[in-house]
Amino acid sequence: MDIIKTENLVYKKTDAMTDKALSYCPGCGHGTAHRIAMEVLEEMGVIQDTIGVAPVGCSVLAYEFMNIDMQQAAHGRAPALATAIKRLWPSKYVFTYQGDGDLAAIGTAETIHACNRGENIVIIFINNGIYGMTGGQMAPTTLPNMKSSTSPYGRDEAMMGHPLKITELIAHLPGVHYVTRQAVHKPTEVRRAKKALRKAFEQSYAKKGLCFVEIVSNCNSGWKMTPNQSNIWMEENMFPYYPLGDIKVDGQLVK
Amino acid sequence: MKGNEAMAEAAIRCGADGYFGYPITPQSEVLEYLMVEKPWERTGMVVLQAESEVASINMIYGGASTGKKVLTSSSSPGISLMQEGISYLAGAELPCLIINVVRGGPGLGDIQPSQSDYFQSVKGGGHGDYHMYVIAPSSVQESSDFVKKAFEVAFKYRIPAMIQSDGAIGQMMEKVELFPQITRRTDTEVIAECGSWATTGKPTTRERNIITSLDLIPEKLENHNHKLQAKYKEMEANEVIFEEIQCDDAEYLLVAYGTSARVCQKTVQLAREKGIKLGLFRLITLWPFPKKRIEELALTKKGFMAVEMSEGQMVEDVMLNVKGKAPVEFFGRSGGIIPNPTEVLNAFEQKFRR
Amino acid sequence: MALKGKIVVDTEKCKGCEVCIPVCPTEVIEMSRLVNGKGYHFMEQVRENCTGCTNCAVVCPDGVITVYRIKV
Repeated sequence: MDIIKTENLVYKKTDAMTDKALSYCPGCGHGTAHRIAMEVLEEMGVIQDTIGVAPVGCSVLAYEFMNIDMQQAAHGRAPALATAIKRLWPSKYVFTYQGDGDLAAIGTAETIHACNRGENIVIIFINNGIYGMTGGQMAPTTLPNMKSSTSPYGRDEAMMGHPLKITELIAHLPGVHYVTRQAVHKPTEVRRAKKALRKAFEQSYAKKGLCFVEIVSNCNSGWKMTPNQSNIWMEENMFPYYPLGDIKVDGQLVK
Repeated sequence: MKGNEAMAEAAIRCGADGYFGYPITPQSEVLEYLMVEKPWERTGMVVLQAESEVASINMIYGGASTGKKVLTSSSSPGISLMQEGISYLAGAELPCLIINVVRGGPGLGDIQPSQSDYFQSVKGGGHGDYHMYVIAPSSVQESSDFVKKAFEVAFKYRIPAMIQSDGAIGQMMEKVELFPQITRRTDTEVIAECGSWATTGKPTTRERNIITSLDLIPEKLENHNHKLQAKYKEMEANEVIFEEIQCDDAEYLLVAYGTSARVCQKTVQLAREKGIKLGLFRLITLWPFPKKRIEELALTKKGFMAVEMSEGQMVEDVMLNVKGKAPVEFFGRSGGIIPNPTEVLNAFEQKFRR
Repeated sequence: MALKGKIVVDTEKCKGCEVCIPVCPTEVIEMSRLVNGKGYHFMEQVRENCTGCTNCAVVCPDGVITVYRIKV
């Protein structure tokens, strides 16, 4: 029986992603996060009205893979770019896509102030607790005692400071409307993250304020594990510190 | 009207789409004027006080990437903070306007007028091989006119433009004739003008537009650099502006710009009263530099003296282009001090042993 | 009524990360003994009881899986 026919198609890579081979390591969650963001925009029918901002870090080349108009920002400055784009083009969907180093270290000021001004943009924050692109150095979100190339004996909190829960931090700002923490390593999580992204795009476009979607993801290369091992390690170690779920909904903190 | 206010009003009148900036003396009047004037009601222009100069310049990067007409203003320490962003803007070939109302340096320096950011403005300032279009007003009238001029050149060549003013011209009040309001472009007009490169949202009818200064393939990056250099050559051929004041019969020339050129104009007058045939060559564009004209003048003049409110920066470009064909001397005051016409004349007489 | 699925893999783009394997409810995916042009073992459907649930395609970071499904 021939199943492979157009009428039987139930899933294929969206055309909102280019056909270029992703530059990410095998098993890295970035690819999935890219794809679901693009799927959401395609399903909403707003590709022609979207401008994205890529960061510096592993996803510096996001514009090679997302088939939309995009800008590449200086390290940490994506929210500043997005602020201007959205204010100059209020009819567009504007988002940034940033990693933990970009968003929570060098770009902390831009992140917090864009959130505080309530810019009507979406920030997609990929948190894998490490600097992937530069070779596995400590990130602001690196867990206590977690090893990295610049915390080779584990993150000593007394010496190196504490992991920064920037998502909880910005959730307290009145300009921020929707804050959620998601994952993309399993089908249920991917589907849930996609719903969250859709909500974020819709609500920021409705001028309700900034919508912030954190995706806790793996870095199997940086963590020095296989992809599937890294996903299990992430569930056991990252999720207790960075619990999944909504943090702020409709402008109200959850709990 | 103050020079700073004239630039702010000119920004509204030339149909700018957005201003993003951060307060710093001696240029805060630009943002203050805009906030009082509410251009979002007059023309639809966006005005935003950013959290820092770093954020400001990156807002300019974001805005300019979409083809909109955007500007920022700051003063020396703030402009230093912006250098990374300016390098990105130059690399990504984006039109925009950056106003630098220069104050004394280095470091936090002081808040008095200075010209000690010349190197930073004309030699790049940030990393990589690039130039900005740099134009220096010496009056409030020019402060207004050059906003329009700078945007025209910025969009013609897709290059960041800088107005290098200083604390004196920024704060000085003079009569100014403002040009009439130019209608701000509609989104459709922006797309028609800049849609081939700007990120305005990807319609199905074209490939996606990407604004980036990243090129990981060395040969491609070198080609891009060659393209930039070709553009700079073209600008050097077509966009140089200067003013020659009593240069025709002069034996010696002062070379100056901005506030120091105003001072030198008086020096020329004083010299002429004493029978010294002195003229003033006033730079208007600092980059492109009037290379050719300086070289020509070097053949007929007995000597040049660069006069700057710095310890000697522009003088190097004068020397480079005089090419040893005439003596080049320098007189400068720094720390925020404006030289007076008599001390300039004294310096001239001493250096040329008259 | 049962669902019958079939996946098509862009084997040249598969990086052999194996993330798809534990999420398959009917365990129809295995890594090929062959490699693609980049030297990665690619994933392939080795058994017929695929239900076309799309789990593998949904978690595939590289978007290399296309899923077809029919009711039988």
